[in-house]
Amino acid sequence: MASYIAGRLVQAVPVLLGVSVLVFLILHLTPGNPALVVAGPDAPPDVVRDIERTLGLDQPLYVQYGRYVARMIRGDFGRSIRSREPVLGRLLDTFPVTLGLATVGVVWTTLVSVPMGILAAYRRNSLLDLSTIFAVLAGNAMPVFAIGLILLWVFAINLRWFPLTGYESLRTLEGWRHIALPAITVSSGVIPLLTRLTRSSMLEVLHQDYVRSARAKGVRETAVIVRHGFRNALLPVITVIGLQFGGLLTGAFITESIFSLPGMGRLVVQAILGRDFPIVQGGVLLFAVTFVATNILVDVGYAAADPRIRYG
Amino acid sequence: MAAARDTGLGAPRAAGAAVPAPKSRQATLWRRLGKSWQVCIGGIIVALLLLTAGTAPFLAIADPTQPDILARFAGPSHAHPFGTDNLGRDIFSQIVYGSRISLSIGLISVGIAAAFGITLGLLAGFYRRLDNPIMRAIDVLLAFPGLLLAIAIVGALGPSLQNAMIAVGIATIPGFVRIVRSAVLRVRANEYVDAARAVGVRDARLVVRYVLPNVSSEIIVTATLGMASAILFAAALSFLGLGAQPPTPEWGAMVLVARNYLDIAPHQAFFPIAAIFVTILGFNFLGDGLRDALDPRLYR
Repeated sequence: MASYIAGRLVQAVPVLLGVSVLVFLILHLTPGNPALVVAGPDAPPDVVRDIERTLGLDQPLYVQYGRYVARMIRGDFGRSIRSREPVLGRLLDTFPVTLGLATVGVVWTTLVSVPMGILAAYRRNSLLDLSTIFAVLAGNAMPVFAIGLILLWVFAINLRWFPLTGYESLRTLEGWRHIALPAITVSSGVIPLLTRLTRSSMLEVLHQDYVRSARAKGVRETAVIVRHGFRNALLPVITVIGLQFGGLLTGAFITESIFSLPGMGRLVVQAILGRDFPIVQGGVLLFAVTFVATNILVDVGYAAADPRIRYG
Repeated sequence: MAAARDTGLGAPRAAGAAVPAPKSRQATLWRRLGKSWQVCIGGIIVALLLLTAGTAPFLAIADPTQPDILARFAGPSHAHPFGTDNLGRDIFSQIVYGSRISLSIGLISVGIAAAFGITLGLLAGFYRRLDNPIMRAIDVLLAFPGLLLAIAIVGALGPSLQNAMIAVGIATIPGFVRIVRSAVLRVRANEYVDAARAVGVRDARLVVRYVLPNVSSEIIVTATLGMASAILFAAALSFLGLGAQPPTPEWGAMVLVARNYLDIAPHQAFFPIAAIFVTILGFNFLGDGLRDALDPRLYR
């Protein structure tokens, strides 16, 4: 198991290096002189030259990249152009909000998708199954921001069950009222996929011989579904739940903007609009690293649950 | 959901019935497509969308960018079927013109993705030496979940409709590379490829004449589904303010403006959302239906 984890970590190194190159290039892909973008169009030439020197833009590209990686490793993400605050501090302030949103989103996705998928598969071609299929098709075509606005309109503006916007700590009941609509919104992009997968995975398992054998020896129907069926259908479902964490993280961009949550997604979007490159670079890097780390965790968890993966 | 389909070819014939003339592969394919409800509904929606985009100047009842302060927030009426927005502009006309923008976003993004993705996929699948470097580069792109890559690229290039198209295009490349590569690997194992090699067919010709036609159905399906996700991504970028800028009547950008008036004029958000929904549904249906109909495993 240890060697599997080590191997998986080694595999992640080139990917992370590639990610760092891409993020490094964000500033250099910008049309025009980055120092001019940083300084503003009306800055005097000596200020621009000064910024060029501080950003190291007068050095060759590979030197700049080397310095960039060295700074990243030391945890120095630079300072925001607008507020002059250290980028890492801003990111770490907002990260828990995004992580909390994504985590509540994963739980909600699982609570909705898995039972829906199982029931649809169990009652195949029933009204319930058909409406599930219909909901999956419709959900796939609905943008996350549309779901968010509809929820906002129905439950916050008209019914006033939930607060319009804002964020409170999840340690309070008020915090949960604030996170409810955003969590449903963020998971709306993932629920159709997971429901469809649970349904097809379950359909496959329910046709296996051991399910028929279980029924034949008189096992109760719920036990057949849960113990013999679901447990075996679970493996691919777990993988996808983990992988969709990335989808939830990006869903955070939109959701946080709609509900004005002070998370990392909103921070990055505002930084792009304000051309605050150090924050954009740092945010994108942190998002990508989180995603790669989750994928490794999923793989390791999966290998722990199913020995065939480790030795296969 | 991919239930086994009756191919119509293996059906037992009544004894003594005249054996029908063998149908061409193409005729069979069209019959299969015609029988798929997904292809039919998706096809109709996409056709209507193309028609709307093509005839936008005739369909639109007003200039979509012409404000009319006296007619702000009007609900749907005879004069304005979808009502008016916060500046009194006719929403119906904006939606009609927006179809042109959404279709161009889809076509250009998928065009970029297909051009690079198919080339890279062919190279990776065909030349063992190139396989590893190309696929590792794709792994790096895949380390950015979907929208994040597009957001990072827009972050570099700056928010605009054009940059959003480029960003969505690049973010769609990995899907094409993977599909084309695996299809090429499958096709390459066929004897006719060895035979062509043996008689001295050059690599370039081999790829274009022997491999590409055999992976075309996968490419068509990927492109159709890619249209849906490209339009969805671009709308999301515009909704974040990172894509089309007002007063461009892009549907996502329209929703961005409308969200400020959700409490007084929900119809301003409703119609562009509905337009996005129907469009995505259409391309998804068409893509799924085509996949079922073109799947070579079902094609016997």
